[in-house]
Amino acid sequence: MDGLFSHFNYVVVIILMMTGLYVVFASRNLIKKLVGLSVFQTSVFLFYITLAKVAGGQPPILVKDKSSPTGYDDHSAYVDTVELAASGATYILPGQGSEVLYSNPLPHVLILTAIVVGVATLAIGLALTVRIREVYQTIEMDTIEERDFQYNLEGIDRSGPRYDDKLRNT
Amino acid sequence: MMSWLSTHGAAFAIVLPLLAAAIVALLPSVRRLAWACALVIGVAVLATTVIVLQTQMDVGVIVYEMGGWAPPHGISLRLDAVNAPILLLIAAMGVLSLVYAEPAVNAEVSRKKSGPFYAALLLCIAGLMGMVVTGDAFNVFVFLEVSSISTYTLVAMGANRDRRALSAAFNYLILGSIGATFFVIGVGFLYAETGTLNMEDMRAILANLDGGSRVAKVAFGFIVVGLGLKLAMFPLHTWLPGAYAYSPTVVTAFLASTATKAALYLLYRFCFTVFDPSFDYVAVVLTYVVTGLAVTGMIFASLQAFFQTDARRTLAFSSVAQVGYMLLGIGIISVAGLAGSYLHLINHAVVKGGLFLALGAMWYRFGITRISDMAGLSKTMPITTAAFTILAFSLIGVPFTAGFVSKVALAEAAAEKGWWWAVAVIMITSILALFYMGRMMMVAYFNPPSDNCLDGNGKIIRREAPILMLIPLVGLAIMSLLIGIRGNVILTDISENAARALIPGVGL
Repeated sequence: MDGLFSHFNYVVVIILMMTGLYVVFASRNLIKKLVGLSVFQTSVFLFYITLAKVAGGQPPILVKDKSSPTGYDDHSAYVDTVELAASGATYILPGQGSEVLYSNPLPHVLILTAIVVGVATLAIGLALTVRIREVYQTIEMDTIEERDFQYNLEGIDRSGPRYDDKLRNT
Repeated sequence: MMSWLSTHGAAFAIVLPLLAAAIVALLPSVRRLAWACALVIGVAVLATTVIVLQTQMDVGVIVYEMGGWAPPHGISLRLDAVNAPILLLIAAMGVLSLVYAEPAVNAEVSRKKSGPFYAALLLCIAGLMGMVVTGDAFNVFVFLEVSSISTYTLVAMGANRDRRALSAAFNYLILGSIGATFFVIGVGFLYAETGTLNMEDMRAILANLDGGSRVAKVAFGFIVVGLGLKLAMFPLHTWLPGAYAYSPTVVTAFLASTATKAALYLLYRFCFTVFDPSFDYVAVVLTYVVTGLAVTGMIFASLQAFFQTDARRTLAFSSVAQVGYMLLGIGIISVAGLAGSYLHLINHAVVKGGLFLALGAMWYRFGITRISDMAGLSKTMPITTAAFTILAFSLIGVPFTAGFVSKVALAEAAAEKGWWWAVAVIMITSILALFYMGRMMMVAYFNPPSDNCLDGNGKIIRREAPILMLIPLVGLAIMSLLIGIRGNVILTDISENAARALIPGVGL
């Protein structure tokens, strides 16, 4: 039980990952499949972020070197950091020979890239779903496969009148 | 110019199509403008890779530091004897597909969409080249997704011709994304274990750790499954037949000859460079899991190929079987096996690319994809059918063709290891290939053409494919013959060098 709580993030990652995968494979609706895929990918983002966290570490931002003659006080607000870096004063990276503990910034950067990739995949998936809806008048995998099977057997499309026509008739 | 290219060529070959894709996408659909631009870019990329390959052969290993940041902290591009030939292969197949694409795209996709189509094709080329050339594990994922996402759109563009392309593309998107995500989970675990993303650095650290802890083992599992999905390892191949059968013909030819090959190259890299078969878990996975799946896949996919009515689905299942050959070469874990696998990779790219181009030409003229409709093609399209026959012989493994050289190399490697059952499986699947390819050739040669191919006097009208389709097709057929006749030279020169680079310090 203790292990569960001390690795809380990893437990959440595993639950999300399995939920996502299950939804992808179990649902037959194209949108639901994409939702599952997104959940699955999000679990990986969380996994990377969790890897990067150092217990008690501060954000990886430059802090002022106290021994430096310009004499900044010890806080790490972003604006100060930028000013500090621009002013050319000597500064130290936290952790680099200093006492400051900081989280690993690299996985965050990687995950920014992965989020962009995930968004692009989702966009293509949704665009494909729209096209499938236009052509087949359905987004249920079972119906699509049934119609393709008919098409394979007879070489003709038995999908019936368009959905819009049905609406007009009633 | 030459010296500039030999220093910066590796990066230039990726950046050029990446930037050009954005421009090509915006080009107006005026006559052949988009095609001409894409072709010029393709030729430029090919020329660059030739120069890069030349430099690599002189120097041995090229390490290019992106932005001047030295590895392991910066991202590096790394070229050695393993990936330089594959880089050239991708660029060459890209140019051949682009030459072929002009008539094919107008017939299958519509001229209006030609701008976006060529843009996606250029992006795909850039992504695949990036996957092969980069030395950074996370960068591999990024380029993998660049190539995959452009591939999904390319496959979906077959919807004009056959609406099943849409559901095939959707399936490919779901499975491809899962594969890429598995890969990135694996890279995450590797980063947790080694604290680096540079593949050379990972190799050194893992070797120091003597294979690493359970984290490294989990990483290896995720990476093998993720790449297995991408390269269509047997039970993970279900996206492949649909995607190959319904996408535009030129896309099929390009994908069949490059996409799975780039993923296979990554499997080489991760199994032999990053991880090492001397770690017991890697050896176990390669010997039992990969080899087992390879052999099962060879037999099952060959049988499935035999029962298809659609010619392109037959070839797609045959691709799954051929991937099995290459995986078998990995599973043997010896320089000879890897050399055979590598050679088969190159041969299969040439052969399967050519075969799909030939089927595309047949669709272009007659609108046929079923095997039973191929009747009389030897009389109506003699040059296409002749090239198809040479390539089909090469796929089967008839002597003096490319397929024979690599199959013999693989069989010898298996026999050397004492795996006689593997030799038997290679023979059996070759015989199955004879049946499923022979069935097409029987119909093409011995059945009379249908009535609408006859003129008023009962004479057969020749309707050969356009010249832009014939050039790449005949070129690939001649290439497969050249490899077959001069095979030993290529075997020693390229594939053994590659295998030795992958397994250093082991004699043949």
